[in-house]
Amino acid sequence: MGPSGSPQISGYRERLEDRVLSPLTTASRAYYLLIGILVLIIAWGIYAYTTQLRDGLYVTGLRDRITWGMYITLFVFFIGISHAGTLISAILRVSKAEWRVPVTRMAEFITVVALMIGALMPLIDLGRPDRVHHLFMFGRWQAPITWDILAITTYFTGSLIYLYLPLIPDFALARDRLGDSVSPFKRVLYRTLAIGWRGSPEQRRKLHVAMGIMMILIIPIAVSVHTVVSWIFGMTLRDAWNNPEFGVFFVAGAIYSGIAALIILMVVIRKAYHLEEYLTPKHFINLGYMLAALSLIMMYFNILEYVTEGYKLTGESEFGFNQLFTGALAPYYWFYAIGGLVIPGVIILIPWTRNIPGILVASILVVIGMWMERYFIVVGGLRTPTMPYEAADYFPSWVEWSIMTAAFAGFILIITIAVKILPVIAIWEVAEVHDEHELAARGRPIEAVPPPVTAAQPAGGD
Amino acid sequence: MTQKQSSPEVRDKIVTREEEAAENDRKFQLSRRQLLKMMGAAAAIGVAAPLVTKVMASSSESPAVALSGAESTSKRLRRWMMVIDLRKCDGCQSVDLPPQCTAGCIQSHFAPEPMEWIQVFEAELPGGGTQFIPTPCQSCQSPPCVNVCPVGATWTTPEGMTLIDQERCIGCRSCMAACPYDRRFFNWGSPPIPPEATFIEYHPERQTPLRKGVTSKCDFCVDMARAGRLPSCAQSCPNNAIYYGDFEEDLATNGDEVVELSKFLSDNNAYRLKEELNTKPRVHYIPGHGQDVGRDAYSKGRKDTVWPWKETKEGAKVWDRLGHRK
Repeated sequence: MGPSGSPQISGYRERLEDRVLSPLTTASRAYYLLIGILVLIIAWGIYAYTTQLRDGLYVTGLRDRITWGMYITLFVFFIGISHAGTLISAILRVSKAEWRVPVTRMAEFITVVALMIGALMPLIDLGRPDRVHHLFMFGRWQAPITWDILAITTYFTGSLIYLYLPLIPDFALARDRLGDSVSPFKRVLYRTLAIGWRGSPEQRRKLHVAMGIMMILIIPIAVSVHTVVSWIFGMTLRDAWNNPEFGVFFVAGAIYSGIAALIILMVVIRKAYHLEEYLTPKHFINLGYMLAALSLIMMYFNILEYVTEGYKLTGESEFGFNQLFTGALAPYYWFYAIGGLVIPGVIILIPWTRNIPGILVASILVVIGMWMERYFIVVGGLRTPTMPYEAADYFPSWVEWSIMTAAFAGFILIITIAVKILPVIAIWEVAEVHDEHELAARGRPIEAVPPPVTAAQPAGGD
Repeated sequence: MTQKQSSPEVRDKIVTREEEAAENDRKFQLSRRQLLKMMGAAAAIGVAAPLVTKVMASSSESPAVALSGAESTSKRLRRWMMVIDLRKCDGCQSVDLPPQCTAGCIQSHFAPEPMEWIQVFEAELPGGGTQFIPTPCQSCQSPPCVNVCPVGATWTTPEGMTLIDQERCIGCRSCMAACPYDRRFFNWGSPPIPPEATFIEYHPERQTPLRKGVTSKCDFCVDMARAGRLPSCAQSCPNNAIYYGDFEEDLATNGDEVVELSKFLSDNNAYRLKEELNTKPRVHYIPGHGQDVGRDAYSKGRKDTVWPWKETKEGAKVWDRLGHRK
């Protein structure tokens, strides 16, 4: 559909454009205050990191027996969050779920930002960050870390493209609509990034083809990413990590925490930018159902693992069981099991808590629970003694807590800045779907699936 | 062990020739590995074209580097190994000192606190009581630590020893997660070594002086073995419980007697730690709990290891292996 729709349709479109584009031209005092606070937190985190650069990893709570802790937990956590994104939006695109259209932009954006923060974590964890170039000079294909670098850089590149493609028509819109109401920097940015988009049928065809390729490609890439992340642990001889289902468990957990992060972001943006018309309760409930389904899948994985191992209870797994269920890691485990899996599932399945506030609470619980899960997987595997010695303990130092806080602040900061530059909803896609429904409603009153409306859309109902 | 501690320079001179050969050999090995890895990395990243040409040039180095120091009299490659006779190990209860293998190792390598590259674990016996298990790097022939190293900073030499290049290690600690014997040690801060240790020229076969932010461990004292001497731990054992030998010549010695290795292992039911993991260690144990030197299995406990130097390098930090801050 070009701009030459019927008056009715362009009325909807204009309102949509105004709503979504207006945050790009204005910023409140509260916005600058938030930016200021986030920058301060990050500055504190950078200070904490400089003490680590000076004194070495000595300033962390890590020692020889538990050599990975907070940073690797955050690495797994953020790479998990990144699956919000692309994987969800690609699956919904592939399955032609129309309700996805106002959601995909934010999902894809979370992916890119979470990858930026997540990939930073192993670098912060290095004992010798000054030698990071050794990974490229002497990299070995046999090492899981090399697989990770490859998978994550591929995923990052793919996600960036996948985020950018549907942005092109919106950049063009911003270029045409916003004019002098934005800073010269943004004008140049929109003009450049719109790469001459005019919405011609040929351009539209190419864009659809490119998006069709990317949405298929990105799914196996995303699955591979969290699989090889799990292999960092799974390829060692540690009993707690010696689990063939680890890869799929990690991927499921990634999608689970990713959806939760997406819901939280949607609630905030809906509130801040008054997007109630486009982000309706239906969107939250649909995502909530996905969350509930994944909580069941996660429970199933846990049952698989703990029943098959617990029934046999070999030497090392007995220690692992004790530390998880009653020992040092029990608070983390039970928070995850009850607060991170059961309660969110129940909240979504009970009709009178199945609303936006309820789903938001469930999502916050999921995000915290999944952080705990990453933590007890990383620390628990290392804490199990491999030789006759007393189990060590780990508690993150102030440096690690500071860097964790700064990582979250960085995550929020990038999103906060980006929502003033990028339209948070894919305007052209939302309008397109709306137009189709309008036309369908006029032509065929009670038709569930709208027929293809123009030759410019080979994918039919998309 | 005191004589060794006082003469690292002498040791240097003795092993210079062998070290040179080994170093040449290593350079060759690494350059080939570098080539493959770098070509891969270049393909993946797509920016490293100049590096590839450089490495391809270096790969034309002659492969005919002698392994002179690593050869046995039969001109075949040595396969160094250890046998630890637990019947003779009483955790140094009889001499009433901290385990002397550990002490000797610490003194000759300037291993910083709290590192015990050979550590004497006290393990429970099925009928109550305990046994002592001195545990150096197990020198696995299928080493999990080498597999996971992303930069080839740890590798197996032709003689079968797993070494660490502290100048290449990036400190990711994958190898520490991978080692099933807890035999890798991280330099969390600037390591607490005596100032004189910093004058020693670093070589992967002799992990001295230690660097900050990298992994270190037992190096199996191959440099000493080539010079015809026993490793520090074997020399320091008051009960001669540690035998060092060569599978290729089928001989091992504890400094007191020379044994026919294969027969010695079989006759005494030798075993290896965590055989089920298939890491194929080069360290063998003969079951026991110090009975040959008069230890009663029920007399438990050993003295804590000490790091003898009064003075440490400036800015050095001391940490606790277990994770409690000192």
